[in-house]
Amino acid sequence: MELADFCSTSRVMVVAGKGGVGKTTVTATIAVAAARAGRNVLIVEVEGKSGLTAAFDLPTLRYDEIDLAEGIRARSLTPDEALIEYLVDHGMRRISKRLAASGALDVVATAVPGMRDILVLGKIKQLEQRREADLILVDAPAAGHAVTFLMSPAGLLDAVRVGPVRKQAQDVVEMLRDGARCQVLLVTVPEETPMNELIDTAFALEDRVGIQLGPVVVNACAPEPPGPRDLGDEPEAAAIEAALAWARNRWSLQQAQIARLATRLPLPQIQLPNLATAAITRHDVDTLAAIFTTAVGSL
Amino acid sequence: MTVDQLLDRAVVICCGTGGVGKTTTAAAIALEAARRGRRACVVTIDPAKRLANTLGLTELSDTPTEIARERWDPAGESSGLLFALMLDTKSTFDRVIARYAGDPEQAARILDNRFYRNISGAIGGTQEYMAMEKLHELHADGNFDFVVIDTPPTRHALDFVDAPARLLRLLDNRVFRLLMMPTRAYLKVASVAVQGFLRTVARVVGRDVIDDVVAFFRAFEGMEAGFRERAESVQRLIADPATAFVLITTPRRDAVDEADYFARRLIDHKLEIDAMIVNRVHPSFTETPSAQLVERAATLAADPDLARRYLVLAELQDTVEREHAELQRVVDRLGDTSVAMVPLLSSDVHDLPSLRAVGHELFADGPSEPGDAARRA
Repeated sequence: MELADFCSTSRVMVVAGKGGVGKTTVTATIAVAAARAGRNVLIVEVEGKSGLTAAFDLPTLRYDEIDLAEGIRARSLTPDEALIEYLVDHGMRRISKRLAASGALDVVATAVPGMRDILVLGKIKQLEQRREADLILVDAPAAGHAVTFLMSPAGLLDAVRVGPVRKQAQDVVEMLRDGARCQVLLVTVPEETPMNELIDTAFALEDRVGIQLGPVVVNACAPEPPGPRDLGDEPEAAAIEAALAWARNRWSLQQAQIARLATRLPLPQIQLPNLATAAITRHDVDTLAAIFTTAVGSL
Repeated sequence: MTVDQLLDRAVVICCGTGGVGKTTTAAAIALEAARRGRRACVVTIDPAKRLANTLGLTELSDTPTEIARERWDPAGESSGLLFALMLDTKSTFDRVIARYAGDPEQAARILDNRFYRNISGAIGGTQEYMAMEKLHELHADGNFDFVVIDTPPTRHALDFVDAPARLLRLLDNRVFRLLMMPTRAYLKVASVAVQGFLRTVARVVGRDVIDDVVAFFRAFEGMEAGFRERAESVQRLIADPATAFVLITTPRRDAVDEADYFARRLIDHKLEIDAMIVNRVHPSFTETPSAQLVERAATLAADPDLARRYLVLAELQDTVEREHAELQRVVDRLGDTSVAMVPLLSSDVHDLPSLRAVGHELFADGPSEPGDAARRA
């Protein structure tokens, strides 16, 4: 599949995965790949500081959009700010600031579970409907919470029987269940626990949210190490052989996990390499974007 | 370094971000305490069944389940006990309500309230608070002399430190207090602002939501004093010298950042960190710095395969160096706190022997068992 076509499969892509699997790196990677394919991209970060901007040498994201790179804009989205905007949009400008300042959102959010999530998802839906970008990438909350986050609107439909919030929830549910408008890309690393969580999350999202799942991104894959070789009296011979034996063991464990994932979860996989760097730089993201584009090409 | 001093405490609280092996580490600590004759209970907040399965159980419930001694002490050397339970926030909260309610009718009114049902499961800080409540309950009931707990895997996990205070703050919230006025009076007495607020909320989410909230706070009247007292008692337990804090992390930069954040917050709260446990540490196979290995590889143009092998060693060594540098930041902050390292294991901890292998990395002079070393990657 051409990357441009991949980017057109849905206007909203939610990138989700357990903490520490490189969700934010994958979000940046897809954004750069999509921008190179001529799409204009908006990244929406929904759970506080993600470090997304660090690779682009920019300060932390805020509610107002910034230009992250050519063809890529980015912003954060918090429930409090979304609530104020919602109230202003619904003719309640006068009360909005005071309501937010008084901690009233806590009261409302407690009274109506999923209220925070619906405010954020409602705003994403609005961005989607206004065609704010060709592709909206949502850097989602960590895996377990991602399910709750995406299930909130359906749950809210049960709890709230009237009013604009119900309407909002209905609209969001409609978007989430429409594969042409929204899909989820799950990210994992090739290790046992993260993969188990990914499999659980995938089934929960499909069964309980009814959301379309895109390919699974297996991040931080190690390349196959070379086999044994007699290194004679090379000074580091013993250390090299011990390191390689260790690396070969890790690699076979990784391959077993990747194979297990393919059996348990019949979704296409995109593998990204482990860059083994301290912090992801713009150059790393460009490298990953090229690999991502090639991998999508062979889907 | 080992962290044996933890085994002398009455309560061990494991802190750390998600995915660093907190649940497994907590279980390994409890297992070792039981092996040394303590009546130990491990409390997990992780809803996954992994801990249950590791301990040889099919599932865990909200009441302590005993792990049969022959499973964890086949030689019959220990006089200790090993129990495990999984925190159920809602049922713990239900019991708190039942304890402080003036009468069963008041308790029932609260437990049936829709707003309460939301609050008890979802509100920020409830899980943290109930974890501490459970800890207090287990510590106080005298059946255990060693309780280990892992904290929720969120950045806000440390909220348990002020979770009791937070719940009280919620109850003290201005809006809440106004809502707590008797129904008929509140619209009369309440200021224009509050009326506006109520009308707005009703417009957005519907009138019945407001009715639930008002009913909840009316039902709650008279219980604050009991709550306050309990919250203070929980806070005393957290600050007690018999309570130990363990910071759990991996050497990855993001995990270390979080660990450092936790360390600062605990220090801010004047709580001492008693040990740090670092899971998933990469092994080092050479003393040679990675930069030198890379240089050597660069001279091997005639044998690219050998160069490649040098680069594999160099990359692993570079990882080791980076891990070391990352950890040093927290180690410096913690002063002379003991730090134990657990190597990257070749598989997840699935059973008691592998849990024991983790304990073997953490504690000194525990008898070694055949296969411990083989389990390490």
